[in-house]
Amino acid sequence: MSPTSRFASIRNGEAVDFSKVPVVSVEEFRSSILKMAATGHRLCALVRDAKKDRTAGGLLAVLADDAGGKLFLAASQPMARYPSLTPDLPQAHLFEREIHEDCGIVPEGHPWLKPVRLVPPDKVAFFKEEGAEIHEVAVGPIHAGIIEPGHFRFQCHGETVHHLEIQLGYQHRGARRLLSAGLDRRSLAVAESICGDTAVAHAWAYCAVWEALSGCAPSLRAEAIRAVLLEAERLANHIGDLGAISNDVGYLPAAAYFGRMRGDFLNMLMLVSGNRYGKGILKPGGAAFDLPDEMRAQMIETVKRSIVQVREVGNMFFGEPSVISRLEGVGVISSKVCDDLGLVGVCARAAGVDRDVRQDHPFGLYRFRYIPVMRLDSGDVFARAMVRFLEAQRSLEFLRGLLGHLPEGKSAVPCGAPAANQIAVSLIEGWRGEVCHIAKTGRDGKYEWYQVFDPSFHNWIGVAMALRGGEISDFPLCNKSFNLSYAGHDL
Amino acid sequence: MIDILKNRIKQGYRTSKFPGEDPGLPERFRGRPVLRPELCVAGCAACVDACPTRALEQRQPGDEKGLLALDLGRCLFCAECTAACPEGAVTFTKDHRLAASRRGDLLVTSEEARLAESLGQEMRRIFGRSLKLRQVSAGGCSACEAELTALGNVVFDLGRFGVQFVASPRHADGLVVTGPVTRNMSEALRIAYEAVPPPRIVIAVGACGISGGPFIGSNEQLGGAASVVPVDLFIPGCPPHPVTILDGMLRLLGRLKENRVREASRERGGETKNDRDAVPR
Repeated sequence: MSPTSRFASIRNGEAVDFSKVPVVSVEEFRSSILKMAATGHRLCALVRDAKKDRTAGGLLAVLADDAGGKLFLAASQPMARYPSLTPDLPQAHLFEREIHEDCGIVPEGHPWLKPVRLVPPDKVAFFKEEGAEIHEVAVGPIHAGIIEPGHFRFQCHGETVHHLEIQLGYQHRGARRLLSAGLDRRSLAVAESICGDTAVAHAWAYCAVWEALSGCAPSLRAEAIRAVLLEAERLANHIGDLGAISNDVGYLPAAAYFGRMRGDFLNMLMLVSGNRYGKGILKPGGAAFDLPDEMRAQMIETVKRSIVQVREVGNMFFGEPSVISRLEGVGVISSKVCDDLGLVGVCARAAGVDRDVRQDHPFGLYRFRYIPVMRLDSGDVFARAMVRFLEAQRSLEFLRGLLGHLPEGKSAVPCGAPAANQIAVSLIEGWRGEVCHIAKTGRDGKYEWYQVFDPSFHNWIGVAMALRGGEISDFPLCNKSFNLSYAGHDL
Repeated sequence: MIDILKNRIKQGYRTSKFPGEDPGLPERFRGRPVLRPELCVAGCAACVDACPTRALEQRQPGDEKGLLALDLGRCLFCAECTAACPEGAVTFTKDHRLAASRRGDLLVTSEEARLAESLGQEMRRIFGRSLKLRQVSAGGCSACEAELTALGNVVFDLGRFGVQFVASPRHADGLVVTGPVTRNMSEALRIAYEAVPPPRIVIAVGACGISGGPFIGSNEQLGGAASVVPVDLFIPGCPPHPVTILDGMLRLLGRLKENRVREASRERGGETKNDRDAVPR
C-alpha cells in the first residue's frame, strides 16, 4: 500500500470536508509521516487540532509533494504524549516545540523543548558552552539599526562562532488567536499585519483560504491584479535587500541606488492600492480596486525603466571584485541542511533546492503563467544576493508581459460565508518564501482554529546553521542575506 | 569605477523637494479623512460596523461636535468605511498631514483639525537643529520600521533636516516607538527610555504605536507606546507615509508653522502656504 493512501489529498487553495481527513492512532500517524518523508514529501505544517488553547488534542499534518503539486492531510487521535518525530525528521523540530508550548502535548524524545514565543525570552534557559577561552556574546532584543527585536546568543572561541542560539517572542501580539476568533471585521487587517513587508502574500493566503472554504472563484482579472501586487512586493523587498547588503559591505553607491529603486515598487503598490505596502486592496472574492488602462500604462513605463536600471546597478554591484570577495563563502548552508530542516524560499534556492510555490503548487494566475525558478548552488551570502537579483529580473519580465495583457473581467466577485466542517490550506510564494495559512471550520461555519506559518518560521534555524564555524563579524551580513521577519515568526 | 560614475550620472539627483513642494501622492493615496455627517441617512451605521478597529464612532444628535467622529489613532486607512458608506459621508483626501501632539487631537470630527504643535522654546533651542533618535520596535510588523528606514534614503533624506537615527539610546534625544507594545517587549522599551538622557522626547508611529491598531484588545499587547512611556508626538497611519512622518517631525521642531487644517485646505488636499517656510538646513 502506498503511504499516500493514508492521507486526504488536496491541491493548494482547496478545501476538503474534515470527515475525509483520516484520523488514525498517533503511532500510525507518526509512521505514515515518516514513510512519506522518506519518499521525498516535505512537512509543510504540523499543528494541533483542538478548539481551545491549553487543552490537549490531536495533531494534524500537512505534507507537500512539491514535485507532484499535491498536499496530503492526516490527523491523529487526541493524546497527551507521543514519541517525538524530530529525532527521525528534524523538519518537525519547531512545530513540535510550538505544539508543546501551546497546549502541553509532550513529544517524548524531542532534543530540546524550548519555548518558541509565548514565554518572555529573558526567562528562557540558553545553551552554554564551557571551556578555556570560550566566551559568550549576547545581542538584543534591541539592535543597533531600525529593526525588529530578537535575542541572539553566540558561543564563541575567539572570533569563531561555535553556536548561535536565536530566541524570539518579543513580537508576539496574539495574531493567531485574533484570526482564530474570526471571521470578523478585523481579521483581514490582522492578516495584513502579520508581517508588514509581506502584507500582500499574507492577505492573499488569508483570502485564498476563505475562498476555498466558501467555494468562491475569483475572476482571472482579480488573480492577475493579485499577481501584479505580489511581484511588486517581491521586487520592492528583493531590491531593498540588495541595497541593504550593499550597505553592509560598505559599497554605498549601490546601497543608494537600490534603496531609491525599492521606492519605485512601493510607489507602484501605492498607485494601485493607496498604501505603499499594498494593504487594503486584497479582499475575499478579488481586489477592492481595479487596474484601469492609464494606470497600467504608467506601471509598464516604470517596469521598462526598471528593467534597464536594475540590470545596470546590479551589474555594477556584482561586477566589483571586492564586493564578490566579501560575499563569497560567507554563511554557507548546504542543500542537505535545507532539506533536513525544511527551509524555504530564497535561502533554499540559493543552496540549490528546487522549491518555489509558484512552480510546485501554482495558485491564482501562476496556474497559467510561469515564472522560471532561479537557483544557485553555493548556499552563501553571494548566492542569496544573486538569487534576489535574478528573481527581481524575472519578476520584472513577468510584470511587463502581464501588464500588457491583463485579462478582462470584474475585479471582484461576491464571496460567501465558509462552509461548515471544512479544512483548507493555502500556500503563497511570498518574497521570503512559502507563506502558509490553514483554517478549519466548525459546525457553525466559524473558524475552529486558524494557523499561520510565515517563511521566517522555517528559516530562522537556517541563520543559526549558516553562522556555525563562521566569524561573529559576519553575522550582520549573514543575517541581512536572510532578512527574516521577527513579527512573522512571533505572530 | 567607470561603472559607478556612469550609474551616478544616470541616477541623477533624486531628493524630494518636500516640504517646499507638494509630495505628489497618487489619486488613491488615503490621507486625512473628511467626515460629512450631513450626508448620513438616519439609522445607518454602515461605516461604524465596517471599521476593523472601531475607529469610527456615531454620536447622539445634538452633540455639538457632529454626528460622526473618527479616531486617527486607531484608523488603518483601509477604506472599509468608504466602501460601506452609500452616501460618501466618509472620504479620504490626499492630505498627508496627520500628526498631532496630543492623543485627543487625533479625533477627527466635521470641524477644524489641529495638527502637531512645536515643542516649547527651550526644547526647540536644544533639538531644533539637531535631533538624534533611537528607534524601538515593540511588536511592529516591520511596515512602520521600513518607512522609518526609508526616511534615510536619498529621496526623503532625513539628515538634511538635522534629524538622524542613532544606534544607542544613550546617544539619543528621544525614542521613536512602533508596534502595539507587546508584553514581552514592554520591559525593554522601559529600559531604553530610561537610558535616554533627559530632556527627551517620544514619538509614537503608526496605528499600533498609538492605540494597538489591528491588535487592540489582544491580551499580548498593551495598546501602544503611551502605555509605557509619555508620548510627545503621535503619527497615525498603517504605516504612515514617509512624508507624513517627516511632516510630524518638522512640526514638532517648529519648522512648519501652520498647525490647523481648515475645511478649504482639506478640500484641496494640499498644503497651506506657510508650509513653504521650512528650509532644509
